[in-house]
Amino acid sequence: MTMVYDDVGDEATGEVPVRRIKFTINGEKKVAEVEPRLLLAHLIRQGLRLTGTHTGCDTTNCGACTVLVDGLAVKSCTMFAVQADGHDIQTVEGLATASELHPLQEGFKEEHGLQCGFCTPGMMMAAKALLDANPDPTEEEIRWALSGNLCRCTGYQNIVKSVLWAAQKLRSQAAE
Amino acid sequence: MYPSRFRYEAPHSLDEAIALLRDGDDAKVLAGGQSLVPLMKLRFASPELLVDINNLPGLAYQRSDPDGTLRIGALTRHVDLEKSELLRTSQPTMAAAAPLIADPIVRNRGTLVGSLCHADPQGDWASVVLSLGGSVVAQSTRGRRSIPMANFVTGPFQNVLDPDEIVVEAVIPAARGQRAGGYLKLERRVGDFATVGVAVSLDISGGTVTHAGIGLTGVGGSTIAATEAAAALTGRPLTPESISQAAELAAAAARPRTDHRGSAEYKRHIVTTFVERILTGSSRGHSDEAERAA
Repeated sequence: MTMVYDDVGDEATGEVPVRRIKFTINGEKKVAEVEPRLLLAHLIRQGLRLTGTHTGCDTTNCGACTVLVDGLAVKSCTMFAVQADGHDIQTVEGLATASELHPLQEGFKEEHGLQCGFCTPGMMMAAKALLDANPDPTEEEIRWALSGNLCRCTGYQNIVKSVLWAAQKLRSQAAE
Repeated sequence: MYPSRFRYEAPHSLDEAIALLRDGDDAKVLAGGQSLVPLMKLRFASPELLVDINNLPGLAYQRSDPDGTLRIGALTRHVDLEKSELLRTSQPTMAAAAPLIADPIVRNRGTLVGSLCHADPQGDWASVVLSLGGSVVAQSTRGRRSIPMANFVTGPFQNVLDPDEIVVEAVIPAARGQRAGGYLKLERRVGDFATVGVAVSLDISGGTVTHAGIGLTGVGGSTIAATEAAAALTGRPLTPESISQAAELAAAAARPRTDHRGSAEYKRHIVTTFVERILTGSSRGHSDEAERAA
């Protein structure tokens, strides 16, 4: 995959130092050539065209760009793409299979966990990290786990309900 | 937002990292990056070289020496400390602070040592380590040196490190008696900087306070050690009188400024309240333990 870089005036007069990285995203192995200052969020959105990961505040506050790196929730606007070398990335596109939605996606649909939807991918990925570690969280635990993700529409009530719904579904699937 | 261009190196040994820093001109160490990357994106920081230490082996640890000294490695993340059984059972101030650092996603990457080096006056860990009389260990080609936290930070975002030094660990001295204390933080919402943060650490032996430390976050140009307030607690039992004396001295040591988070007067009042609250909790906890022991 080749990245095309913006010509940014005087800075571009020097040679662009590009590094080759290997990583896995949603189960697929990739090789990319990245400038060190490229942020992971931009590699995902512009390089891989996976635009489900949103960049909201771009200042490490809102959590819309949350992805999982080796299973841990990370704000992808606050990590350089070059740091993903050798690591496993999961984005919201990795949740659903070809035929069915992930229980988190179903939960957000069933419980009306989104209005404008901008924060939703980050909410889902933060919630996935929570449910992977704690399949039966309390409402309080969900609220704390999502406290690094901002939503300006819902007042959070239905997001919490959606995650509870998904947790229940995942537990019943695991019991089958 | 993009940072300025920089050279990136991700060495696999500490010696290599130190050599890169020594030979670099305007180099920065990248650990968790949760403060540095935003600063670079805003172009408040534009290092020529970034030395990513995330691939260095053996720096993610928290361990207790046989004498009780606690050591926390440079790649130990906030989340590791939040989940730490060692801190929960032996370091009440640190255990109280860990879940209050930034937000849960930032805690997955950010590090305690990085937070100390960043020297943000709003940083929580610096107050905590200051209250515990802790230090950092810096390594360079000239060897290792220990720097007490009280001498480490020289001003907002400034520390005493030489350009080729890396802090490899933070060190918390062993308790002399039973360790007590806590950390309280007033924040408008999770992830916001502290309006006020107060760290209080005590060692109590035979009912007497053998060590006291109080660190204040967000009420001055750098983290403040309220040394007179701590002195008022030392060498005597915790009493309602010593508690209120310490709380007033701590508030007097604060240098808050009025801003969008609150007036200087309000922040000073919160310092008093938080010191009292932590100390009252500690005196109650301690007498409960004494009762259980009896």
